[in-house]
Amino acid sequence: MSDLIEGFLGKSIEGKKSRMPAKLDYLQSATGLFLGLFMWGHMFFVSSILISKDFMYTITKFFEGSAFLKEPQSWLVSIVVFIVFVIFISHALLGMRKLPINFRQWQAYRTHMSMMKHEDTSLWFIQAFTGFAMFFMGSAHLFMMMTKAHEIGPFGSSDRMYSDFMWPFYLLLLLAVEFHGGIGLYRLCVKWGWFEGEDAKISRKKLKQAKWAITVFFLALGLLTLAAYVKIGYEHREHVGERYIPTAQIEMQYDVKVRA
Amino acid sequence: MSRTITIRAMKYNPQSKLSKAHFAEYKLEETDGMTLFIALSKIRETMDADLSFDFVCRAGICGSCGMMVNGTPRLACRTLTKDFPDGVIQLMPMPAFKLLKDLSVDTGNWMNGMSKRVESWIHTNHKPDISKLEAPMEPKLADETFELDRCIECGICVAACGTKLMRPNFIGAVGLNRVARFAMDPHDERTDEDFYELVGDDDGIFGCMSLVACEDNCPKHLPLQSKIAYMRRKLVALR
Repeated sequence: MSDLIEGFLGKSIEGKKSRMPAKLDYLQSATGLFLGLFMWGHMFFVSSILISKDFMYTITKFFEGSAFLKEPQSWLVSIVVFIVFVIFISHALLGMRKLPINFRQWQAYRTHMSMMKHEDTSLWFIQAFTGFAMFFMGSAHLFMMMTKAHEIGPFGSSDRMYSDFMWPFYLLLLLAVEFHGGIGLYRLCVKWGWFEGEDAKISRKKLKQAKWAITVFFLALGLLTLAAYVKIGYEHREHVGERYIPTAQIEMQYDVKVRA
Repeated sequence: MSRTITIRAMKYNPQSKLSKAHFAEYKLEETDGMTLFIALSKIRETMDADLSFDFVCRAGICGSCGMMVNGTPRLACRTLTKDFPDGVIQLMPMPAFKLLKDLSVDTGNWMNGMSKRVESWIHTNHKPDISKLEAPMEPKLADETFELDRCIECGICVAACGTKLMRPNFIGAVGLNRVARFAMDPHDERTDEDFYELVGDDDGIFGCMSLVACEDNCPKHLPLQSKIAYMRRKLVALR
Protein backbone atom coordinates (compact mmCIF):
# COMPACT_ATOMS: atom_id res chain seq x y z
CA MET A 1 0.00 0.00 0.00
CA SER A 2 2.87 2.36 0.82
CA ASP A 3 4.28 1.76 -2.70
CA LEU A 4 0.94 2.84 -4.11
CA ILE A 5 0.98 6.04 -2.09
CA GLU A 6 4.63 6.74 -2.91
CA GLY A 7 4.02 6.08 -6.60
CA PHE A 8 1.09 8.46 -6.57
CA LEU A 9 2.62 11.26 -4.51
CA GLY A 10 6.26 10.89 -5.54
CA LYS A 11 7.27 10.76 -1.90
CA SER A 12 6.90 8.31 0.97
CA ILE A 13 4.15 8.37 3.59
CA GLU A 14 6.62 10.17 5.87
CA GLY A 15 6.99 12.80 3.14
CA LYS A 16 10.54 11.70 2.23
CA LYS A 17 12.09 11.52 -1.20
CA SER A 18 13.00 8.13 -2.61
CA ARG A 19 16.67 7.10 -2.50
CA MET A 20 16.19 5.47 -5.89
CA PRO A 21 17.48 8.43 -8.01
CA ALA A 22 20.74 8.29 -6.02
CA LYS A 23 21.03 4.55 -6.55
CA LEU A 24 20.29 4.85 -10.26
CA ASP A 25 22.87 7.59 -10.67
CA TYR A 26 25.45 5.50 -8.82
CA LEU A 27 24.62 2.35 -10.80
CA GLN A 28 24.81 4.20 -14.10
CA SER A 29 28.31 5.31 -13.22
CA ALA A 30 29.35 1.93 -11.81
CA THR A 31 28.14 -0.03 -14.85
CA GLY A 32 29.70 2.55 -17.17
CA LEU A 33 33.02 2.33 -15.34
CA PHE A 34 32.98 -1.45 -15.53
CA LEU A 35 32.14 -1.46 -19.24
CA GLY A 36 34.69 1.26 -20.04
CA LEU A 37 37.51 -0.59 -18.31
CA PHE A 38 36.33 -3.91 -19.68
CA MET A 39 36.59 -2.50 -23.19
CA TRP A 40 40.21 -1.54 -22.61
CA GLY A 41 41.00 -5.11 -21.60
CA HIS A 42 38.87 -6.47 -24.43
CA MET A 43 40.75 -4.40 -26.98
CA PHE A 44 44.10 -5.72 -25.74
CA PHE A 45 42.72 -9.24 -25.97
CA VAL A 46 41.43 -8.96 -29.55
CA SER A 47 44.52 -7.06 -30.70
CA SER A 48 46.66 -10.06 -29.71
CA ILE A 49 46.15 -11.10 -33.34
CA LEU A 50 48.63 -8.35 -34.27
CA ILE A 51 51.37 -10.33 -32.52
CA SER A 52 50.51 -13.72 -33.97
CA LYS A 53 47.67 -16.14 -34.61
CA ASP A 54 49.19 -18.48 -32.03
CA PHE A 55 49.19 -15.78 -29.39
CA MET A 56 45.55 -14.92 -30.05
CA TYR A 57 44.72 -18.64 -29.96
CA THR A 58 46.51 -19.05 -26.61
CA ILE A 59 44.59 -16.13 -25.10
CA THR A 60 41.29 -17.50 -26.44
CA LYS A 61 41.99 -20.85 -24.87
CA PHE A 62 43.07 -19.18 -21.64
CA PHE A 63 39.61 -17.60 -21.36
CA GLU A 64 38.14 -21.01 -22.03
CA GLY A 65 39.93 -22.24 -18.93
CA SER A 66 43.03 -23.88 -20.46
CA ALA A 67 45.01 -22.97 -17.35
CA PHE A 68 42.96 -25.24 -15.09
CA LEU A 69 40.96 -27.54 -17.40
CA LYS A 70 42.21 -30.47 -19.42
CA GLU A 71 39.90 -29.53 -22.27
CA PRO A 72 39.13 -25.79 -22.69
CA GLN A 73 35.39 -25.03 -22.52
CA SER A 74 33.88 -22.23 -24.62
CA TRP A 75 30.77 -22.05 -22.43
CA LEU A 76 32.96 -20.36 -19.82
CA VAL A 77 33.29 -17.48 -22.27
CA SER A 78 29.53 -17.58 -22.88
CA ILE A 79 28.94 -17.11 -19.14
CA VAL A 80 31.29 -14.12 -18.98
CA VAL A 81 29.61 -12.62 -22.06
CA PHE A 82 26.22 -13.16 -20.47
CA ILE A 83 27.32 -11.24 -17.36
CA VAL A 84 28.72 -8.45 -19.51
CA PHE A 85 25.47 -8.46 -21.52
CA VAL A 86 23.40 -8.01 -18.35
CA ILE A 87 25.62 -5.11 -17.23
CA PHE A 88 25.46 -3.66 -20.75
CA ILE A 89 21.64 -3.75 -20.84
CA SER A 90 21.49 -2.29 -17.32
CA HIS A 91 23.78 0.55 -18.36
CA ALA A 92 21.69 1.18 -21.48
CA LEU A 93 18.50 1.28 -19.41
CA LEU A 94 20.04 3.69 -16.92
CA GLY A 95 21.60 5.87 -19.61
CA MET A 96 18.32 6.09 -21.49
CA ARG A 97 16.95 8.33 -18.73
CA LYS A 98 19.24 11.10 -19.91
CA LEU A 99 18.45 11.05 -23.63
CA PRO A 100 16.22 13.67 -25.23
CA ILE A 101 12.77 12.06 -25.29
CA ASN A 102 10.78 14.40 -27.50
CA PHE A 103 11.30 16.72 -30.43
CA ARG A 104 11.44 19.88 -28.34
CA GLN A 105 14.21 18.51 -26.11
CA TRP A 106 16.15 17.37 -29.16
CA GLN A 107 15.64 20.72 -30.90
CA ALA A 108 16.57 22.76 -27.82
CA TYR A 109 19.77 20.77 -27.23
CA ARG A 110 20.85 20.79 -30.88
CA THR A 111 20.29 24.53 -31.20
CA HIS A 112 22.11 25.21 -27.95
CA MET A 113 25.01 22.96 -28.89
CA SER A 114 25.52 24.39 -32.37
CA MET A 115 25.16 27.93 -31.05
CA MET A 116 27.45 27.65 -28.03
CA LYS A 117 30.13 25.38 -29.50
CA HIS A 118 31.14 24.23 -26.02
CA GLU A 119 33.25 21.08 -26.24
CA ASP A 120 31.82 19.14 -23.30
CA THR A 121 28.26 19.95 -24.38
CA SER A 122 29.02 18.68 -27.90
CA LEU A 123 30.81 15.61 -26.55
CA TRP A 124 27.70 14.66 -24.62
CA PHE A 125 25.72 14.60 -27.84
CA ILE A 126 28.27 12.25 -29.39
CA GLN A 127 28.10 10.14 -26.24
CA ALA A 128 24.29 9.99 -26.43
CA PHE A 129 24.28 9.21 -30.17
CA THR A 130 26.91 6.47 -29.94
CA GLY A 131 25.16 5.08 -26.88
CA PHE A 132 21.92 4.84 -28.83
CA ALA A 133 23.71 3.15 -31.74
CA MET A 134 25.22 0.63 -29.34
CA PHE A 135 21.78 -0.40 -28.07
CA PHE A 136 21.61 -2.35 -31.33
CA MET A 137 25.19 -2.97 -32.37
CA GLY A 138 26.50 -3.86 -28.93
CA SER A 139 23.54 -6.17 -28.30
CA ALA A 140 24.02 -7.93 -31.65
CA HIS A 141 27.73 -8.46 -30.99
CA LEU A 142 27.21 -9.68 -27.44
CA PHE A 143 24.46 -12.07 -28.50
CA MET A 144 26.70 -13.50 -31.21
CA MET A 145 29.60 -13.94 -28.80
CA MET A 146 27.37 -15.50 -26.19
CA THR A 147 25.85 -18.05 -28.55
CA LYS A 148 28.91 -18.67 -30.72
CA ALA A 149 31.73 -18.39 -28.22
CA HIS A 150 33.25 -21.60 -29.63
CA GLU A 151 33.91 -19.79 -32.93
CA ILE A 152 36.19 -17.19 -31.37
CA GLY A 153 39.70 -17.77 -32.64
CA PRO A 154 42.20 -16.64 -35.27
CA PHE A 155 40.24 -18.19 -38.17
CA GLY A 156 36.71 -18.13 -36.76
CA SER A 157 36.87 -14.41 -35.90
CA SER A 158 38.56 -13.58 -39.22
CA ASP A 159 35.98 -15.52 -41.24
CA ARG A 160 33.29 -13.55 -39.42
CA MET A 161 34.93 -10.30 -40.53
CA TYR A 162 35.58 -11.21 -44.18
CA SER A 163 33.45 -14.12 -45.34
CA ASP A 164 30.41 -13.18 -43.21
CA PHE A 165 30.97 -9.55 -44.30
CA MET A 166 30.81 -8.26 -40.74
CA TRP A 167 33.71 -5.83 -40.97
CA PRO A 168 31.53 -2.77 -41.77
CA PHE A 169 29.47 -3.61 -38.69
CA TYR A 170 32.59 -3.90 -36.54
CA LEU A 171 34.06 -0.72 -37.97
CA LEU A 172 30.98 1.21 -36.85
CA LEU A 173 30.92 -0.60 -33.50
CA LEU A 174 34.58 0.24 -32.94
CA LEU A 175 33.95 3.94 -33.55
CA ALA A 176 30.88 3.92 -31.30
CA VAL A 177 32.63 2.07 -28.47
CA GLU A 178 35.78 4.16 -28.49
CA PHE A 179 34.00 7.50 -28.61
CA HIS A 180 31.32 6.52 -26.12
CA GLY A 181 33.74 4.85 -23.73
CA GLY A 182 36.36 7.56 -23.89
CA ILE A 183 33.90 10.39 -23.34
CA GLY A 184 32.08 8.37 -20.69
CA LEU A 185 35.17 7.66 -18.59
CA TYR A 186 36.22 11.30 -18.84
CA ARG A 187 32.75 12.42 -17.75
CA LEU A 188 32.80 9.98 -14.83
CA CYS A 189 35.93 11.67 -13.52
CA VAL A 190 34.32 15.10 -13.84
CA LYS A 191 31.02 13.92 -12.38
CA TRP A 192 32.45 12.43 -9.20
CA GLY A 193 35.43 14.75 -8.83
CA TRP A 194 38.07 12.05 -9.38
CA PHE A 195 41.67 13.23 -9.95
CA GLU A 196 40.52 16.78 -9.18
CA GLY A 197 43.62 17.80 -7.25
CA GLU A 198 44.11 21.39 -6.17
CA ASP A 199 42.72 22.99 -9.32
CA ALA A 200 39.76 21.29 -10.99
CA LYS A 201 40.14 23.40 -14.13
CA ILE A 202 43.72 22.32 -14.74
CA SER A 203 43.00 18.69 -13.90
CA ARG A 204 40.00 18.66 -16.27
CA LYS A 205 42.18 20.00 -19.05
CA LYS A 206 44.66 17.20 -18.41
CA LEU A 207 41.87 14.64 -18.19
CA LYS A 208 40.57 15.75 -21.54
CA GLN A 209 44.01 15.49 -23.10
CA ALA A 210 44.34 12.00 -21.67
CA LYS A 211 40.86 11.15 -22.92
CA TRP A 212 41.76 12.14 -26.49
CA ALA A 213 45.10 10.34 -26.32
CA ILE A 214 43.40 7.15 -25.11
CA THR A 215 40.69 7.43 -27.77
CA VAL A 216 43.25 7.88 -30.54
CA PHE A 217 45.35 5.00 -29.19
CA PHE A 218 42.42 2.57 -28.98
CA LEU A 219 41.01 3.67 -32.33
CA ALA A 220 44.38 3.10 -34.00
CA LEU A 221 44.79 -0.25 -32.25
CA GLY A 222 41.22 -1.20 -33.15
CA LEU A 223 41.59 -0.27 -36.82
CA LEU A 224 44.85 -2.19 -37.12
CA THR A 225 43.28 -5.18 -35.41
CA LEU A 226 40.23 -5.04 -37.66
CA ALA A 227 42.49 -4.84 -40.72
CA ALA A 228 44.47 -7.86 -39.46
CA TYR A 229 41.31 -9.97 -39.06
CA VAL A 230 40.06 -8.92 -42.51
CA LYS A 231 43.43 -9.85 -44.04
CA ILE A 232 43.45 -13.26 -42.36
CA GLY A 233 39.80 -13.76 -43.32
CA TYR A 234 40.62 -12.94 -46.96
CA GLU A 235 43.51 -15.42 -47.01
CA HIS A 236 41.32 -18.02 -45.34
CA ARG A 237 38.27 -17.47 -47.58
CA GLU A 238 38.59 -20.86 -49.30
CA HIS A 239 38.51 -22.68 -45.97
CA VAL A 240 35.70 -20.96 -44.12
CA GLY A 241 34.68 -22.87 -41.03
CA GLU A 242 38.02 -24.58 -40.50
CA ARG A 243 39.37 -24.08 -37.01
CA TYR A 244 42.85 -22.81 -36.29
CA ILE A 245 45.48 -25.35 -35.31
CA PRO A 246 48.33 -23.81 -33.35
CA THR A 247 51.83 -24.12 -34.79
CA ALA A 248 53.10 -26.26 -31.88
CA GLN A 249 50.35 -28.81 -32.55
CA ILE A 250 51.15 -28.91 -36.31
CA GLU A 251 54.84 -29.43 -35.53
CA MET A 252 53.95 -32.23 -33.14
CA GLN A 253 51.72 -33.90 -35.76
CA TYR A 254 54.51 -33.47 -38.33
CA ASP A 255 57.00 -34.98 -35.88
CA VAL A 256 54.77 -37.97 -35.28
CA LYS A 257 54.33 -38.49 -39.05
CA VAL A 258 58.08 -38.23 -39.73
CA ARG A 259 58.87 -40.72 -36.95
CA ALA A 260 56.24 -43.10 -38.26
CA MET B 1 42.20 52.99 -35.61
CA SER B 2 38.51 52.63 -35.00
CA ARG B 3 36.36 50.30 -37.06
CA THR B 4 32.70 49.83 -37.73
CA ILE B 5 31.14 46.95 -35.88
CA THR B 6 27.85 45.22 -36.54
CA ILE B 7 25.52 44.30 -33.73
CA ARG B 8 22.78 41.90 -34.72
CA ALA B 9 20.21 41.72 -31.95
CA MET B 10 17.15 39.53 -31.71
CA LYS B 11 13.99 41.53 -31.31
CA TYR B 12 10.72 40.05 -30.14
CA ASN B 13 7.98 41.02 -27.78
CA PRO B 14 6.08 37.93 -26.60
CA GLN B 15 3.43 40.20 -25.07
CA SER B 16 2.44 41.53 -28.48
CA LYS B 17 0.49 39.49 -30.97
CA LEU B 18 1.85 41.67 -33.74
CA SER B 19 5.49 41.16 -32.86
CA LYS B 20 7.48 38.76 -35.02
CA ALA B 21 10.86 37.54 -33.89
CA HIS B 22 13.66 38.88 -36.09
CA PHE B 23 17.23 40.10 -35.97
CA ALA B 24 17.80 43.85 -36.21
CA GLU B 25 21.19 44.95 -37.48
CA TYR B 26 22.98 48.04 -36.18
CA LYS B 27 26.27 49.44 -37.42
CA LEU B 28 28.29 51.72 -35.18
CA GLU B 29 31.78 53.06 -34.70
CA GLU B 30 33.79 51.15 -32.14
CA THR B 31 35.40 53.25 -29.42
CA ASP B 32 38.29 52.46 -27.10
CA GLY B 33 37.35 50.02 -24.35
CA MET B 34 33.84 49.65 -25.73
CA THR B 35 31.80 47.02 -23.94
CA LEU B 36 28.62 45.49 -25.27
CA PHE B 37 26.74 47.45 -22.66
CA ILE B 38 28.17 50.71 -24.06
CA ALA B 39 27.39 49.61 -27.62
CA LEU B 40 23.81 48.69 -26.74
CA SER B 41 23.28 51.96 -24.85
CA LYS B 42 24.53 53.86 -27.89
CA ILE B 43 22.18 51.91 -30.16
CA ARG B 44 19.27 52.67 -27.87
CA GLU B 45 20.18 56.36 -27.65
CA THR B 46 20.85 56.95 -31.33
CA MET B 47 19.27 54.22 -33.42
CA ASP B 48 16.54 52.21 -31.75
CA ALA B 49 14.86 53.50 -28.60
CA ASP B 50 12.67 50.39 -28.62
CA LEU B 51 15.53 47.92 -28.04
CA SER B 52 15.17 46.27 -24.64
CA PHE B 53 18.04 44.95 -22.57
CA ASP B 54 18.82 44.84 -18.85
CA PHE B 55 21.61 46.43 -16.89
CA VAL B 56 22.19 48.04 -13.49
CA CYS B 57 25.77 48.21 -12.26
CA ARG B 58 27.85 48.13 -15.50
CA ALA B 59 30.65 46.48 -13.53
CA GLY B 60 29.90 42.75 -13.48
CA ILE B 61 28.46 42.85 -9.99
CA CYS B 62 24.69 42.94 -10.32
CA GLY B 63 24.37 40.11 -12.83
CA SER B 64 21.58 41.81 -14.79
CA CYS B 65 23.02 41.99 -18.28
CA GLY B 66 23.47 38.32 -19.15
CA MET B 67 22.76 37.54 -22.80
CA MET B 68 23.83 35.13 -25.53
CA VAL B 69 26.78 36.70 -27.30
CA ASN B 70 27.57 34.83 -30.51
CA GLY B 71 25.91 31.81 -28.95
CA THR B 72 27.64 31.92 -25.56
CA PRO B 73 26.10 33.41 -22.41
CA ARG B 74 28.09 36.38 -21.15
CA LEU B 75 27.67 39.57 -19.19
CA ALA B 76 27.28 42.44 -21.67
CA CYS B 77 29.06 44.86 -19.35
CA ARG B 78 32.16 42.66 -19.19
CA THR B 79 32.34 41.82 -22.86
CA LEU B 80 34.63 43.99 -24.94
CA THR B 81 33.68 44.48 -28.58
CA LYS B 82 37.37 44.38 -29.56
CA ASP B 83 37.41 40.68 -28.64
CA PHE B 84 35.41 39.91 -31.79
CA PRO B 85 37.91 40.17 -34.66
CA ASP B 86 35.35 40.13 -37.47
CA GLY B 87 33.37 42.89 -35.77
CA VAL B 88 30.06 41.05 -36.05
CA ILE B 89 28.29 40.31 -32.78
CA GLN B 90 25.04 38.42 -32.61
CA LEU B 91 22.96 38.90 -29.49
CA MET B 92 20.08 36.79 -28.24
CA PRO B 93 18.27 36.62 -24.92
CA MET B 94 19.35 33.91 -22.50
CA PRO B 95 17.31 30.75 -22.91
CA ALA B 96 15.73 28.94 -19.94
CA PHE B 97 14.33 32.18 -18.50
CA LYS B 98 11.06 33.90 -19.26
CA LEU B 99 11.58 36.22 -22.20
CA LEU B 100 10.34 39.72 -21.42
CA LYS B 101 11.34 41.52 -24.62
CA ASP B 102 14.28 41.46 -27.05
CA LEU B 103 17.36 40.78 -24.91
CA SER B 104 15.63 41.17 -21.59
CA VAL B 105 14.70 38.09 -19.56
CA ASP B 106 13.27 37.59 -16.10
CA THR B 107 16.05 36.04 -14.06
CA GLY B 108 14.82 37.61 -10.81
CA ASN B 109 11.68 35.57 -10.33
CA TRP B 110 13.48 32.40 -11.36
CA MET B 111 16.27 33.02 -8.84
CA ASN B 112 13.72 33.81 -6.17
CA GLY B 113 11.99 30.50 -6.88
CA MET B 114 15.32 28.69 -6.79
CA SER B 115 16.22 30.26 -3.44
CA LYS B 116 12.94 29.14 -1.94
CA ARG B 117 13.27 25.69 -3.46
CA VAL B 118 16.67 25.05 -1.89
CA GLU B 119 15.71 26.99 1.26
CA SER B 120 18.61 29.28 0.77
CA TRP B 121 19.06 30.49 4.31
CA ILE B 122 20.74 29.32 7.52
CA HIS B 123 18.62 26.76 9.34
CA THR B 124 19.32 26.63 13.04
CA ASN B 125 17.47 25.68 16.18
CA HIS B 126 19.15 28.50 18.09
CA LYS B 127 17.50 31.87 18.15
CA PRO B 128 20.18 34.15 16.76
CA ASP B 129 21.13 37.13 18.86
CA ILE B 130 21.93 39.79 16.31
CA SER B 131 23.55 41.99 18.93
CA LYS B 132 26.36 39.44 19.26
CA LEU B 133 29.04 38.30 16.85
CA GLU B 134 28.36 35.17 14.85
CA ALA B 135 30.08 31.97 16.02
CA PRO B 136 33.54 31.88 14.43
CA MET B 137 34.50 29.44 11.65
CA GLU B 138 37.82 27.98 10.63
CA PRO B 139 39.33 30.59 8.28
CA LYS B 140 39.93 28.03 5.53
CA LEU B 141 36.36 26.78 5.73
CA ALA B 142 35.06 30.34 5.86
CA ASP B 143 37.02 31.17 2.71
CA GLU B 144 35.65 28.15 0.90
CA THR B 145 32.08 28.83 2.04
CA PHE B 146 32.04 32.53 1.28
CA GLU B 147 33.76 31.93 -2.03
CA LEU B 148 30.48 30.32 -3.11
CA ASP B 149 28.59 33.38 -1.92
CA ARG B 150 30.22 35.39 -4.69
CA CYS B 151 27.49 34.12 -7.02
CA ILE B 152 25.71 37.11 -8.54
CA GLU B 153 22.71 35.13 -9.82
CA CYS B 154 23.30 36.31 -13.36
CA GLY B 155 21.79 33.12 -14.77
CA ILE B 156 24.69 32.43 -17.09
CA CYS B 157 25.24 28.94 -15.66
CA VAL B 158 21.56 28.21 -16.23
CA ALA B 159 21.58 29.54 -19.81
CA ALA B 160 24.74 27.56 -20.58
CA CYS B 161 23.31 24.29 -19.30
CA GLY B 162 22.11 21.80 -21.92
CA THR B 163 20.41 19.74 -19.21
CA LYS B 164 18.38 22.72 -18.08
CA LEU B 165 17.28 23.46 -21.64
CA MET B 166 16.00 19.92 -22.07
CA ARG B 167 14.51 19.64 -18.61
CA PRO B 168 12.95 22.90 -17.42
CA ASN B 169 12.60 21.79 -13.78
CA PHE B 170 16.33 21.17 -13.37
CA ILE B 171 17.65 23.34 -10.54
CA GLY B 172 20.83 24.34 -12.40
CA ALA B 173 24.34 24.95 -11.12
CA VAL B 174 23.30 28.09 -9.27
CA GLY B 175 20.90 26.05 -7.11
CA LEU B 176 23.36 23.22 -6.52
CA ASN B 177 26.08 25.73 -5.65
CA ARG B 178 23.74 27.30 -3.14
CA VAL B 179 23.04 23.94 -1.51
CA ALA B 180 26.79 23.23 -1.34
CA ARG B 181 27.34 26.62 0.26
CA PHE B 182 24.93 25.86 3.13
CA ALA B 183 26.07 22.24 3.40
CA MET B 184 29.58 23.54 4.10
CA ASP B 185 28.54 26.23 6.54
CA PRO B 186 28.74 25.03 10.17
CA HIS B 187 26.16 27.66 11.14
CA ASP B 188 23.58 25.69 9.18
CA GLU B 189 22.36 22.72 11.18
CA ARG B 190 20.75 20.90 8.28
CA THR B 191 21.90 17.33 7.73
CA ASP B 192 22.70 15.63 4.45
CA GLU B 193 19.28 13.97 4.74
CA ASP B 194 17.71 17.43 4.79
CA PHE B 195 19.65 18.49 1.70
CA TYR B 196 18.63 15.26 -0.01
CA GLU B 197 15.00 16.28 0.44
CA LEU B 198 15.78 19.49 -1.45
CA VAL B 199 17.85 18.27 -4.38
CA GLY B 200 18.02 14.48 -4.17
CA ASP B 201 16.25 13.72 -7.45
CA ASP B 202 16.52 14.00 -11.21
CA ASP B 203 15.53 17.68 -11.09
CA GLY B 204 18.38 18.23 -8.68
CA ILE B 205 21.84 16.81 -8.21
CA PHE B 206 21.14 13.50 -10.00
CA GLY B 207 19.84 15.28 -13.09
CA CYS B 208 23.17 17.03 -13.70
CA MET B 209 24.86 15.47 -16.74
CA SER B 210 28.24 17.07 -15.98
CA LEU B 211 28.35 19.11 -19.18
CA VAL B 212 30.27 21.74 -17.15
CA ALA B 213 29.28 24.64 -19.41
CA CYS B 214 28.21 26.27 -16.12
CA GLU B 215 31.77 26.22 -14.82
CA ASP B 216 33.30 27.21 -18.15
CA ASN B 217 31.09 30.27 -18.53
CA CYS B 218 30.62 31.50 -14.95
CA PRO B 219 31.73 35.16 -14.97
CA LYS B 220 32.76 34.88 -11.31
CA HIS B 221 34.80 31.70 -11.91
CA LEU B 222 33.04 29.79 -9.16
CA PRO B 223 34.17 26.17 -8.60
CA LEU B 224 30.83 24.79 -9.79
CA GLN B 225 32.21 21.52 -11.15
CA SER B 226 33.84 20.66 -7.81
CA LYS B 227 30.90 21.68 -5.69
CA ILE B 228 28.39 19.73 -7.76
CA ALA B 229 30.66 16.65 -7.51
CA TYR B 230 30.97 17.30 -3.76
CA MET B 231 27.19 17.35 -3.29
CA ARG B 232 26.74 14.29 -5.51
CA ARG B 233 29.25 12.30 -3.45
CA LYS B 234 27.62 13.40 -0.20
CA LEU B 235 24.07 12.63 -1.22
CA VAL B 236 24.73 9.37 -3.03
CA ALA B 237 26.46 8.04 0.12
CA LEU B 238 23.26 8.35 2.17
CA ARG B 239 21.55 5.11 3.13
